[in-house]
Amino acid sequence: MEWNRREFLKIAGVTTAATAFGGLGFDLRPAHAEAQAAKLKFTKQSTSVCCYCSVGCGLIASTDKDGQGRVVNIEGDPDHPINEGALCPKGASHYQLGQNDRRILKVLYRAPYADKWEEKSWDWALDRIARKVKEARDAGFVTKDAKGRTVNRCENIASVGSAAMDNEECWIYQAMLRAMGLTYIEHQARI
Amino acid sequence: MTNHWIDIANSDCIFIVGSNAAENHPISFKWALRAKDKGATIIHVDPRFTRTSQHADVFARLRSGSDIPFFGGLIRYILTNNLYFKDYVVNYTNASFIVGDKYDFKDGLFSGYDAEKRAYDKSSWAFARDEAGQIRKDPSLKDPRCVFQILRKHYDRYDMKSVSDTTGTPVDDLQRVYQTYAATGKPEKSGTMLYAMGQTQHTVGVQNIRAMSIIQLLLGNMGVAGGGINALRGEANVQGSTDQGLLYHILPGYIPTPTAAMQTLKEFNEKNTPVTKEPQSANWWGNRPKYMASFLKSLYPKQDLDTGYGYLPKLEPGKDYSWLTLFDQMLGGTFKGFFAWGQNPAASTANSNKTREAMTKLDWMVTVNIFETETGSFWKGPGMDPKKVKTEVFFLPCAVAFEKEGSISNSGRWMQWRYAAQKPSGDTKPDGDIIYELFEKIRELYAKEGGACPDPIRNLDWDVATQHVFDPHKVAKRINGTFLTEKTLKVGDADKTFKPGDPVPTFALLQEDGSTCSGTWVYCGSYTDKNMAARRDKTQTPMQAAIGLYPGWTWAWPVNRRVLYNRASVDPQGRPYQPHKAVIEWKDGKWVGDVPDGPWPPMADTAKGKSPFIMTAEGMGLIFGPGRNDGPLPEHYEPMECPVGSHPFSKQRSNPTALKFTGPTEVHAACDPRFPFICSTYRVTEHWQTGVMTRNSPWLLEAEPQMFCEMSPELAKMRGIKNGEKVILESTRGSLWAKAIVTERIKPFTVQGQTVHQVGIPWHFGWTWPVNGGDSANILCPSVGDPNTGIPETKAFMVNVRKA
Repeated sequence: MEWNRREFLKIAGVTTAATAFGGLGFDLRPAHAEAQAAKLKFTKQSTSVCCYCSVGCGLIASTDKDGQGRVVNIEGDPDHPINEGALCPKGASHYQLGQNDRRILKVLYRAPYADKWEEKSWDWALDRIARKVKEARDAGFVTKDAKGRTVNRCENIASVGSAAMDNEECWIYQAMLRAMGLTYIEHQARI
Repeated sequence: MTNHWIDIANSDCIFIVGSNAAENHPISFKWALRAKDKGATIIHVDPRFTRTSQHADVFARLRSGSDIPFFGGLIRYILTNNLYFKDYVVNYTNASFIVGDKYDFKDGLFSGYDAEKRAYDKSSWAFARDEAGQIRKDPSLKDPRCVFQILRKHYDRYDMKSVSDTTGTPVDDLQRVYQTYAATGKPEKSGTMLYAMGQTQHTVGVQNIRAMSIIQLLLGNMGVAGGGINALRGEANVQGSTDQGLLYHILPGYIPTPTAAMQTLKEFNEKNTPVTKEPQSANWWGNRPKYMASFLKSLYPKQDLDTGYGYLPKLEPGKDYSWLTLFDQMLGGTFKGFFAWGQNPAASTANSNKTREAMTKLDWMVTVNIFETETGSFWKGPGMDPKKVKTEVFFLPCAVAFEKEGSISNSGRWMQWRYAAQKPSGDTKPDGDIIYELFEKIRELYAKEGGACPDPIRNLDWDVATQHVFDPHKVAKRINGTFLTEKTLKVGDADKTFKPGDPVPTFALLQEDGSTCSGTWVYCGSYTDKNMAARRDKTQTPMQAAIGLYPGWTWAWPVNRRVLYNRASVDPQGRPYQPHKAVIEWKDGKWVGDVPDGPWPPMADTAKGKSPFIMTAEGMGLIFGPGRNDGPLPEHYEPMECPVGSHPFSKQRSNPTALKFTGPTEVHAACDPRFPFICSTYRVTEHWQTGVMTRNSPWLLEAEPQMFCEMSPELAKMRGIKNGEKVILESTRGSLWAKAIVTERIKPFTVQGQTVHQVGIPWHFGWTWPVNGGDSANILCPSVGDPNTGIPETKAFMVNVRKA
């Protein structure tokens, strides 16, 4: 027998003094178990950690094996000792970050004084950014300060970000910025 | 966090202040409720009644910006009623240290203040030393110049009436909070303090945390299960990004950034390696040269250490490069280029109108994000004419967290590995690949064309990819560190030979001679023979199970220690103060339980034992903190914008060393009838930060669709505002609309006999999306900051509220 949520609530509503399953006179657990099994059969599970606050709740992402290889569900990881399977509303909405028609999926470029974005290729954008970085850095590089001390600073480029990156990404980002001589390096932790 | 999330359940008393944990860290709150189930008491101190207050046994309101009087009163209460943990205070804190003759405090100013520079010469705050260079002490705590007596004198002014007059908290409520929390001073009891941005976003933010630390030390609550000072951090990897040194003042692993006054590595080490004459101090930072050498080798393995050091940029001594200064400089035209990587400063920076205007002064901006942001699209935002904005903008779309692999570190310092669950959507790329590919191109240009100072770029070890794809495992191994040359070292009692490429098993084996590399020394031990952050082993000893410690689940820095300063949880013989929830114990000549703060025996062993606070040069908890920029003891100063002309504690109204700027938007409203109401910003459960991710998640947006302002019925009546009506909020910097939520969760305060109103607004909204959702709360906030950190004062400023 199949029950959808609405019908279930309708029945639950008339058996006011009932416990979750007991009052219905039948046991939904086998149906629940079958739904779980179906999920496991057609998807691959991988573990992750929530990207929002810093509690670090464990997630299980289920990826469609036969279709497009997209995530079809994300839920709390019951084995994780901090959240024990639970998630807050933000954590529970994770799935919508992966399947979201507001995601920007192309490189965008806004020319000086333009009033709109244009789509560009990665190569075009990264080539141009690299050129801009080099131009600025070469023009403004400070080898010695006013007292004649070696300082090797690139003071006309600044960077902010990012606590949204992984540790490994943060590390190479700071390595790149420091190799270029940036001193204005800041991110979310300051604010 | 000194402790970790699960550990909250071990507490006897949970003091939540400047945080709304139930709504903003909901899953963490489960552990607070579990403590409550076991009989713990929850205290919540906040300007607003929230879901956290609803679960609290004791709730007290305080006016935003009056935390130090609140805590000062508690310190006074603990001292006056002899409720401190005497043995702990004598043995583990600097309470017995004698402060030098030159230290003084008069009418709100500490000795050494230079009014012109708005800064202190801190030399007069130093401790008195004997001929051998050891700090003079009085373990009886009676010497009038000892820290304990100076503390007593300093907070004697913070009596109940003065505190209540300033905080607006009724005396009865103060009494209840003080009495309840001070009860954790008993050796067998532990109390934890949980805080968030409500404590830090003030011109006295650091001193707010210092005040809490002093309380925790007096009550013996540091190092124990269910104790500690616990920052409920707001971003999934803000702990990790800080550990990896993405701030101007620190390199990875909290190594200070070199300045121009340190021209050579030798000079750097001399100026940054603390020395101690205290016989039982471990002085762990004495190892700093090893960590600096290993960091330099992680960047430049083929260059000698002096060359690698020479490549690093050197800051100008005394110059500030922090966030607010950065945007002030941007407005002044300092920068040609700007990277806003995974961040939305046009909405997240105090004084947003200033920030947005500053962006028009740039030649180019590169921004990396998932969705459109107020930053990337600033040129078409409110009040902007794109035809007049020269800035060239590149928007690089990145993958979301579950479209890539790598680690993040939570507030409890757990480094947790994540796996890719789907390929990056569309043309998006993981941040790691964007950084890798961009720098490949920059390197090619310098290789081909030369340019300014090319060697640091050309010689940087950029082996961070495998077959041109960013490789997080390769980088994680480098962050951990490897041997670069063959080395035979003592491990335990035996010699062990390490070959080039072998992972360094622990930071105790990092070397000063350049034979090891380690990108971030505190992460040494995280990726050895295996990826420790990916572990999912829940095995525990009964002792670990008793306090919810999971040493085999992921990995915590440093060295998988789960509770910091845990040597303070035992008496000088190594016996736990709280045997039923012991963190560590000295048993049969070794430590059991958590990884102890160093292998040495307990303190009673005067030859080999060490003091518990191993990261301070003296080995003691700092009740007196002579290193801060605004004084060695927390002192009340009003927020830069406040509703009172004076306060009972001194003539010094605001922090004399606060970070300030000049310019047309830098006008501060103090006792200004045009801006009569205190305003504070906060978060809601369904949104996050500037809302870029959550405003674009339909389920969450539906739950919290637009900007609102919470106000008391009294204020609403006075201004003729009804629930649900549109109101305008104004500060000296800008204005903003919001929907009024008239609620008894907010009540007026009585401050110095006057009625003072406060309102609250969330800061998650922005003009890009949704349509008619409102704009950033930071439009109203002032660009003033804490003198130690530069963090903006966005939790207490003055506004007007009127019907739209």
